[in-house]
Amino acid sequence: MKNTLRQVFHAPKFVTGFVIFVLILLTMFIYPLVNPGNPLEMIGVGTFAKPGIYVSMYDATNTSMETLRLPDADDKRLDKLLSQTDRVSMIDWFDATGVDITGLDLSDTDTLLTLWNANYDPTVKPKGMTQAKRNYFKRLDASIKQINASDTLIVSDQAEDGTLTEVRTISKTDYVNTSQVANVKALPLGTDNFGRDVLKELVSAAGTSIQIGLIAGAVATLIGLTLGLLAGYVGGTCDDIIMFITNIFTVIPGFVLLILISYSIGQEQRGASVVAAVIGLTSWTWTARSVRSQVISLRNRDHVNLSKLSGHSLVRIILTDILPYIASYVVMAFILQVSSGILSEAQLSLLGLGPKTTEVPTLGLMMNWAMLYSAHTNGSWWAYFPVILTITLISFSLNLMNTGLDQVFNPTLRD
Amino acid sequence: MSEMRTRTVKDYSNAPLCLSGRGVTRAFGLGEKRKLAVDHVDFDFHEGEFVSIVGESGSGKTTLSKMLLGLLNLTEGQILFQGKPRDISTGRKQREYWKGIQAIFQDPFSSFNVFHKIDSVLLDCIHMRGGRHLSKEKKIEMMTEACSFVNLKFAELTNKYPFELSGGQMQRLMIARIFLLKPRILLADEPTSMVDACSRATILDMLLDLRNETGMTIIFITHDIGLAYYISDTVYIMEHGRFVESGNAEEVILNPQAEYTKRLISDVPKIHEEWDLSTVDLLRAE
Amino acid sequence: MGKIMLEVKNLKTKYVTRFHEDVYAVDGVSFRIEEGKSLGVAGESGCGKSTLALSMMGYYFPPLHYISGDIIIDGTNISGMKPDDVRKNILGTEIAYIPQAAMNALNPTQRIIRFVTDVIRAHDPKADKKEIRERAEARFAELGLPRDVLDKHAVELSGGMKQRTVIAVSTILSPKVLIADEPSSALDVTSQKMVIKMMRELMEKGYIKSMLFITHELPLLYNVTDDIMVMYAGQIVEKGTAREMVFDPVHPYSHGLMGSILVPEEGTRGSKLTAIPGTPPNLKKPPQGCRFAERCKFARPECRYQAIPETDFGDGRMYRCLLGVDQLKEEYSHE
Repeated sequence: MKNTLRQVFHAPKFVTGFVIFVLILLTMFIYPLVNPGNPLEMIGVGTFAKPGIYVSMYDATNTSMETLRLPDADDKRLDKLLSQTDRVSMIDWFDATGVDITGLDLSDTDTLLTLWNANYDPTVKPKGMTQAKRNYFKRLDASIKQINASDTLIVSDQAEDGTLTEVRTISKTDYVNTSQVANVKALPLGTDNFGRDVLKELVSAAGTSIQIGLIAGAVATLIGLTLGLLAGYVGGTCDDIIMFITNIFTVIPGFVLLILISYSIGQEQRGASVVAAVIGLTSWTWTARSVRSQVISLRNRDHVNLSKLSGHSLVRIILTDILPYIASYVVMAFILQVSSGILSEAQLSLLGLGPKTTEVPTLGLMMNWAMLYSAHTNGSWWAYFPVILTITLISFSLNLMNTGLDQVFNPTLRD
Repeated sequence: MSEMRTRTVKDYSNAPLCLSGRGVTRAFGLGEKRKLAVDHVDFDFHEGEFVSIVGESGSGKTTLSKMLLGLLNLTEGQILFQGKPRDISTGRKQREYWKGIQAIFQDPFSSFNVFHKIDSVLLDCIHMRGGRHLSKEKKIEMMTEACSFVNLKFAELTNKYPFELSGGQMQRLMIARIFLLKPRILLADEPTSMVDACSRATILDMLLDLRNETGMTIIFITHDIGLAYYISDTVYIMEHGRFVESGNAEEVILNPQAEYTKRLISDVPKIHEEWDLSTVDLLRAE
Repeated sequence: MGKIMLEVKNLKTKYVTRFHEDVYAVDGVSFRIEEGKSLGVAGESGCGKSTLALSMMGYYFPPLHYISGDIIIDGTNISGMKPDDVRKNILGTEIAYIPQAAMNALNPTQRIIRFVTDVIRAHDPKADKKEIRERAEARFAELGLPRDVLDKHAVELSGGMKQRTVIAVSTILSPKVLIADEPSSALDVTSQKMVIKMMRELMEKGYIKSMLFITHELPLLYNVTDDIMVMYAGQIVEKGTAREMVFDPVHPYSHGLMGSILVPEEGTRGSKLTAIPGTPPNLKKPPQGCRFAERCKFARPECRYQAIPETDFGDGRMYRCLLGVDQLKEEYSHE
């Protein structure tokens, strides 16, 4: 036993898979300690805030300022203001009005602006340009002018009668230290469609999904193992009946069955553990079949005969003479069942048949929400891509562990 | 080869019956595929007798041995144990029967549960004989005695697993197990076919000692007619599920009557007599 | 003295286990076989006799590795050749190998003629179908195999017939050396006898020039081969003619081995079988002195550390023991 464990932990594939899986588990336990709170709390009002660090503007204006004269501050400001599309549009304008732009570099903001200020005229109507496009250029011009216009902004307080009292002026050279701003929020993966912190949600969802996988795997393995052992060892009519049931379950596509059961249970009853149990109940068949065939080949081994001759009971023979021989196989089957349980939950949830949506996030539900709110079409990759990556990583690590075990227990498969 | 042991065959026909069979039959398959693996065989094994059942692969000798052990049901016929029809219809009766008959199988490597230590294999035997209440010292004494009977040292075996032993040592451990159980009948199914020639002699001698010390009946199943001749008092020659010849080993081997026995003996390579290759015809369709 | 067909000089090969340990399975084996002669190899399982057979082909694939030594077939040293050259030019024409489970190696979806074609074409790619069939039919007829076997699939043949077919197919190019590793052990006695009879015919008709026959069944070896050598722990411990080896063995190990022979003949019943206690040494770390010393009844203290010389009688008889022949004979007479 000790020796086997040593061998298992020397198999590179198993160790890699194990390390990945343990890292995921550790994140699940440690992250909530660092960032406590309800993962489903809607902190954002809009949908799909981009990943990044958010600084409260209100607090920032009320924080003591330092003056920093940074030589490239203006350039950076302009750079940030002029998007790539704007720059291309400016070239369009130059083209339409016949300005010579040979040798102009798009990223050269200074030259671009000099050219623009020299050549833009809102009254010119270049041939073939729509009114909308001309208005766009007017807006662009206005915003460029604004940057250049004043060096200060005035923050004012509005009294009840509508009079504005100046509270503070902010000049271009004023800076605040983020550590002094009262409210700074890091959202490494942004927010989702309901304005929830995606990272927090993801960590919690991975935990729930692994739980679902474990429950589903345990249920499937337990049912499959029990039926397989009985069918294989007892044989005869018992075998026929069990195999009949197993065949029926095999013939009906498991996923269809899963959908039907999930649907008939109804949204309200579907907690995470119910969904897990349903997944387990529909995926035990192949465990049962393969356990049965292994048991049949063991049943006629001499040590089982000898155990019978020693007068041992059926239960004892199954537990001590059969089960240890297939234990390694059962562990491997369990790992695969966990992995497929997680994937099944994701599939079900994607179809909207997963656990009810108000209590806990799962990886599948996160995918479902991202899909419903078109995250994939509006470019909000952070709402679904990290989820896909997590699912992949979990099932990759589980499958890697399984392959590693396979190599240890079936040395003939090596190389 | 200096010490010649006088082992003239003892006459067992008057000894009490131990195990006998009348019309023992076992069929496999159904309908047209139905095949009789063992076809209405009769036999009488006496107390203290060393019996060999000789047959080639497919002769049904293993099926017969499974039926004798009660691991396989009879299709027809009955087996009598100590003169009375054998009854193994319930688990309790089965366990009672198995106190009287034990086995050593062909493949020592698959005969042991690889997850159990040698101690637990032997302890199990003591418990089966109702020795559960014995003191620990007494149990160790019994195990040591059993191991020394088969020339193994219990102190070296304790806390080891069976697969750490060689094939020959494992078969000897099996004999030690039998020594502890002391059944009335021992069924040995080709116990030496997977061990080396050098260890074979040791195992055979131990089986003979076991019989001489405890007076148990030994049923020895083998394909090797030379081996059967060396070790047994009585031989049964089996072909296609039937006994074609049986009787005193000396008579059957040195003066065979049945065609099959004659052929079997003539086809085995020997060292004193010429091995006559002309008895086989290469063109004969097999 | 006839022409030497096969000569092996100080051959050493090893296995590398999956834990990267070296097992020296064949450790300094030398022997020669003359034209028309056969040599038998006896020994218990794990003594290196099957490894010797594999090593003889000069064709090594992991976990088996060549260390040193020469294999000379009819004057050609094949031990340094590339595996591809060995496969193309040596296997089939110079040397043929029949393992114990040869009959199970036949692809069940192919007819027998296909295997014959493969063997002949490997040597002569241009051979045409008609020629191959004629050649196969002629050889099969001479070896007493029915002609229709050629058009059958392997599954339609009985075990004995399959094994004979395999032998006939692998010797169709009349190799100089046939290496047979337990070719009849999985068969019943009658089929075994037929296999042996066929191999003897191959020999008598000159289709094979010499044979190395490996088996653990001593009575069979005695009846099949001219000479016998006994292997123990990767080394040859004794060699001589079959009669000498069975009735007058010198080395304590062969003495024990020959004393355990069981045949259905008068006198066997009363005899006492010799038993050798203990197990063979671990070949990962072979003992320094005599490899058999641990189990030998007559071992002297110096046997355990002294290098053991080979005593050669010159007539092909040799043994490897520190004790003299007379000393050993004296010991045996006290038994």
